[in-house]
Amino acid sequence: PHAGPVESKKEAAMSELVPEPRQKPVVPMKPTGINASLLGYIGIDTIIEQMRKKTMKTGFDFNIMVVGQSGLGKSTLVNTLFKSQVSRKSSGWNREEKIPKTVEIKAIGHVIEEGGVKMKLTVIDTPGFGDQINNENCWEPIEKYINEQYEKFLKEEVNIARKKRIPDTRVHCCLYFISPTGHSLRPLDLEFMKHLSKVVNIIPVIAKADTMTLEEKTEFKQRVRKELEVNGIEFYPQKEFDEDLEDKTENDKIRQESMPFAVVGSDKEYQVNGKRVLGRKTPWGIIEVENLNHCEFALLRDFVIRTHLQDLKEVTHNIHYETYRAKRLNDNGGLPPMTVETEENHESNL
Amino acid sequence: QNDGCRTLPLSMHVGFDSLPDQLLKKSIKQGFCFNILCIGETGIGKSALMSSLFNTNFEDSPSTHFLPSVRLRAQNYEIQESNVLLKLTFVKTVGFGDQVNKADSYLPIVDYIDAQFEAYLEEELKVIRSLFSYHDTRIHVCLYFISPTGRSLKNIDLLTMRSLDSKVNIIPVIGKADSISKTELQEFKKKIMTELVSNGIQIYQFPTDDETISEMNAITNGHLPFAVVGSMEKVKIGNKMVRARQYPWGIVKVENESHCDTIKLRRMLCTNMEDLREKTCAYYELYRRCRLEKLGCKDVGPENEPVSLQEVFEAKRLEFFLEMERKEEEIKQRFVQRVNEKAAMLEEAEQQASMPVLTKFEHLMLMHQEEELKLEEKKKLLEDEIVQFTEKKAITELIQSQMSVSTHVVSLKTQELQKVSAGA
Repeated sequence: PHAGPVESKKEAAMSELVPEPRQKPVVPMKPTGINASLLGYIGIDTIIEQMRKKTMKTGFDFNIMVVGQSGLGKSTLVNTLFKSQVSRKSSGWNREEKIPKTVEIKAIGHVIEEGGVKMKLTVIDTPGFGDQINNENCWEPIEKYINEQYEKFLKEEVNIARKKRIPDTRVHCCLYFISPTGHSLRPLDLEFMKHLSKVVNIIPVIAKADTMTLEEKTEFKQRVRKELEVNGIEFYPQKEFDEDLEDKTENDKIRQESMPFAVVGSDKEYQVNGKRVLGRKTPWGIIEVENLNHCEFALLRDFVIRTHLQDLKEVTHNIHYETYRAKRLNDNGGLPPMTVETEENHESNL
Repeated sequence: QNDGCRTLPLSMHVGFDSLPDQLLKKSIKQGFCFNILCIGETGIGKSALMSSLFNTNFEDSPSTHFLPSVRLRAQNYEIQESNVLLKLTFVKTVGFGDQVNKADSYLPIVDYIDAQFEAYLEEELKVIRSLFSYHDTRIHVCLYFISPTGRSLKNIDLLTMRSLDSKVNIIPVIGKADSISKTELQEFKKKIMTELVSNGIQIYQFPTDDETISEMNAITNGHLPFAVVGSMEKVKIGNKMVRARQYPWGIVKVENESHCDTIKLRRMLCTNMEDLREKTCAYYELYRRCRLEKLGCKDVGPENEPVSLQEVFEAKRLEFFLEMERKEEEIKQRFVQRVNEKAAMLEEAEQQASMPVLTKFEHLMLMHQEEELKLEEKKKLLEDEIVQFTEKKAITELIQSQMSVSTHVVSLKTQELQKVSAGA
């Protein structure tokens, strides 16, 4: 039976979305060094301190994007993550503000400091995503924004006289908020993640997880994981970038058990058992945001901030940015080879 | 520096103070690269010093004095100290200062340093590249060994250092410093530093911007150049084996700071390793800039708006492509022209060759025709004669039959007629 036009279009779209294998770079041979054993203390290990001092002096940039339908608690979650009023909501945004007619990209930067470490945090909000009646291609402005940041960086990198430290506005992490329907992912969720998982690190989170019981949560998570796998969506941490066995075991556990994190956010404090905790007060109890029995916020926080923050940046720089750069240079015929004798060589070939 | 972002206070512990550790974790796993270049005359103690600096045995065979030109020899070592893996590359000159004519001695060294920059630049410009796992071979520090003459710098020292001071961090050291007395050494050091300054040679200055090490670095800057002594052997002093040089009059202990500056140099190299690497990046940027500018790239277009490298390369490629097209057209034209010339030549030759044939043929034709006509005429004449003769014969026969008497006359006539017909 001949498949109708709608069906074949879907099939075509599906085949186009099968991720094409990333071109792996040719790693130049590293010289094997003779193992020389030291006969006494030299002081080489002081380089660790030197590097630490250097990084503390220069500071860090981190750019996090939040994507999801209006009302899923994106701003609250980001504020809870960084224990500060970093979201757009707190920088003069009015809750009565109308939902925009198209997806807008709003980036706000703040500087936060902890333990001598300075971080320039930029939160990129995407109001209007998924809120229209017709949401076709609503990921396009987002993809465009992400690529624009790569372009900005590439332009700086390619300058003759370039800055010592190129300002990094590239999106390091994209938190995608899934509605806690309890059933499965929505077509919009799949479409967005399919398109964007190849250009940016996507971390799916289940928003407003306090609407699900423990069983519902586990089932939903399983179903979501299955659906993501079936659709070939590689969320962060991507399997193909596990560097060694240590990474793989650590990340496998996160990928197969913890993710997607079912979170609850709050910036209000309550007294529970003599301690002040962040939580949500309901008639049936206080939901403690940082209590692992209540929700997985603490796991998300530890994952994004305390263990994998640097890795998120590195994957963005070494993989996503390089992919963009390679595509960009290939489209333009590539940069010519380095030898000045290029033209002469060509002439002699004639 | 904050780009107009406000600083926000944190209400609770977030946990990103672990960022430096996260960053270092990666570096520790990969290891650190450090590349040292030692320039000095044959036998001045380069290998011995390296072994002493890292308190290990970098075995190397001594080289001959009879090499025709300066060469560089690189050796890679992996050194582990606690959790730090150092990938050390030790490059030394071989045959430096041995040639009769030393005018070109510095060239192989400059070429080597440039080649490492070039290799890095090539990797950086590749479409598909892997910079994060690239083994950095750029020279981070250059130890220049000064001969312990006690007088001043040699011309070759000045020439070599001048050609390198914009490409690499130079730390001058006095080799085999145990051959100079303490007082002579002070004078010698002062002389060398004044000469370097008066010749405008930039040597590496230990950084003094960080309070924790600035004091130590400032003092150390005053000790330059380092008077070093190295030794591959160890001597038993008391019940310990100590790296030293044993003389009949005493033992020079390499690790004793009152005997020589070797430990100072080691300390300085280790505590400023990261700064040396950073400054090397700055030298690389300078190299890259010069190299790209030489290729005709600019950052700013004719109206002073920023031009991207991509655009410049595109423009250059287009220019090159058009030039190629033009040349191709030119060659094509020339080819066509030559073909035409050749064709014309051939045509002419053909014409000349074919003309005689035609005329000859025509000529022959004409001749035949003329002959034919002539023969026709002759034929006609003969036919006329035959007709005449036949007429005459008829008449004669008539007369014969009429005059059978006068045979004599007739026979005569007949004979005549016969003669005539025989003659015809």
